[in-house]
Amino acid sequence: MDIARVTSKRSFLLGLLGLILVLLATLPLYAAGYTPILMTSIFMYIILTVSWTLFSGPTGYMSLAPAAFFGVGIYAAAILGKYVPLPVFIVAGGLASFIVALLVGALTLRLRGIYFAIFTFGLVMLIMQLLVFWELHVMGIRGRFVVVIHYNTIYYAMLIIFVVLMLTVYFIKRSKFGLALQSIGENEEAAAHAGVNVTMVKVITFAVSAFFMGAAGATIATRWTYIDPYIAFNVLFSFLPVLMAIFGGMGQLYGPVIGAAIFAYLQEKLVTTFSELYMLIFGIVLVVAILYMPDGLVGLIPRLWRRRAGGQRANT
Amino acid sequence: MPILEGEGVTKYFGGLAAVSHVNFNVDQGEVVGLIGPNGAGKTTLFNLISGALTPKSGVIRFKGKNITGSKPHQICRMGVARTFQSVKVFNNMPVLENVLLGSLFGTSTGMSSADAAREATGLLDFVGLSAVKAILAKDLTLANQKRLEVARALATKPELLLLDELMTGLNPAELAQAVELVTRIQDKGVTVFMIEHVMKAIMSVCDRIIVLHHGEKIAEGTPQEIATSKTVIEVYLGE
Repeated sequence: MDIARVTSKRSFLLGLLGLILVLLATLPLYAAGYTPILMTSIFMYIILTVSWTLFSGPTGYMSLAPAAFFGVGIYAAAILGKYVPLPVFIVAGGLASFIVALLVGALTLRLRGIYFAIFTFGLVMLIMQLLVFWELHVMGIRGRFVVVIHYNTIYYAMLIIFVVLMLTVYFIKRSKFGLALQSIGENEEAAAHAGVNVTMVKVITFAVSAFFMGAAGATIATRWTYIDPYIAFNVLFSFLPVLMAIFGGMGQLYGPVIGAAIFAYLQEKLVTTFSELYMLIFGIVLVVAILYMPDGLVGLIPRLWRRRAGGQRANT
Repeated sequence: MPILEGEGVTKYFGGLAAVSHVNFNVDQGEVVGLIGPNGAGKTTLFNLISGALTPKSGVIRFKGKNITGSKPHQICRMGVARTFQSVKVFNNMPVLENVLLGSLFGTSTGMSSADAAREATGLLDFVGLSAVKAILAKDLTLANQKRLEVARALATKPELLLLDELMTGLNPAELAQAVELVTRIQDKGVTVFMIEHVMKAIMSVCDRIIVLHHGEKIAEGTPQEIATSKTVIEVYLGE
């Protein structure tokens, strides 16, 4: 009976996911122009957050590098956009970030805790300042224009990156690679002595997560039309994924997705309606979230469930 | 034939010689004990063998092959497994997955997932943890966590097992089980090199004992010889 229940629950979930996917894929057909634009931005945040969680969640290494990889993708679009079609420069942006992450990861993943966080943050600053210098003193330009692409196309590009990312995360989580990743977060020394090549697992995961950040950057750049190093390497894009992941809860695969979706929607609404106060309201929401939801939004579900069940299903 | 040999192994922490010009060897199939007062350099020596630390000078050979300076995962895959003085289990992973990790990653040839699962289940049976295999490792008692570490180490199919204070902190009943476990590991054909403070246990289970003091080897011999050695008694009881 249990097996039947599990399979029926599973096919129900698959059906639900399929339905959501169909609704999302046909969105531009029934929703006005603003909705796909809003959804593009929400998906962008989801991609940043989920790919951040892919590495930092299980390993516990707090990376503040998302803005660096995101920015590398943006610059890939700005430089290549004129010459090659959208899919090519999205992949190029992702690969560029992948390679940067491989190099940086090989150098820095021996750092632990706060040192790693600060270094990755410094990386964002370093690339940004190098680009400012290069553009100003070597090329004599200030910022660049990015090729303009129709917002529905961008929406589909973002949706595809999102789906590929979710599949990647799902399969990593279920694979033996995912088990190794988790063991590193639990106890890196023990993992190494049990035969896990910890450096390789960390660097590859770091680079895979950077690939998706770069791809998202390359895609969204075409919405922004003009970019410069300060826009492309805005440090906010390093912190927001972390906040969104904490807000959603990192214990489950869907935690960061829900966190980022609600967070991004809230941000969009607040910016448009209370442009002056939005950062303030945002801050309050965050403080409340961290105080009252230590496991994030998804952590609320088992808590509410337990309350409803009135302790009958006490943890045994 | 020695399965493990060390020649002039030396490691400094700052100006202090934690391990100083130590020569040692462990023969195939033996159970060798490593004893000494606190701070004698026993765990440091294990860290040097397992690759957690690199010696300043000296050579360590496993089955005749120089492993000095190799990475921990490489040494593990060659066939040297270890446990830790302060237990290092994967707290938030189920007991079975703790062991599974060893069989998936630690063997020299690699294993299919099905084989690894079978192997891991068998080892949990071997150390007596079958009943709790679905429980998170952090919820086990200390004695069981130590057994889990042994199972995880055995999952990597070692020829040499380094046990770092397996018996410390156990009650008499658990102690007897631990002694029996070491004997069964030896019967499996695994060579054991163990650090221990519990004298009764080490005297009964070891074929040979090496004594470290201030990073230097001061004595070596059968349990009988060590128990009657003047130098050893001086070190432990004062002059």
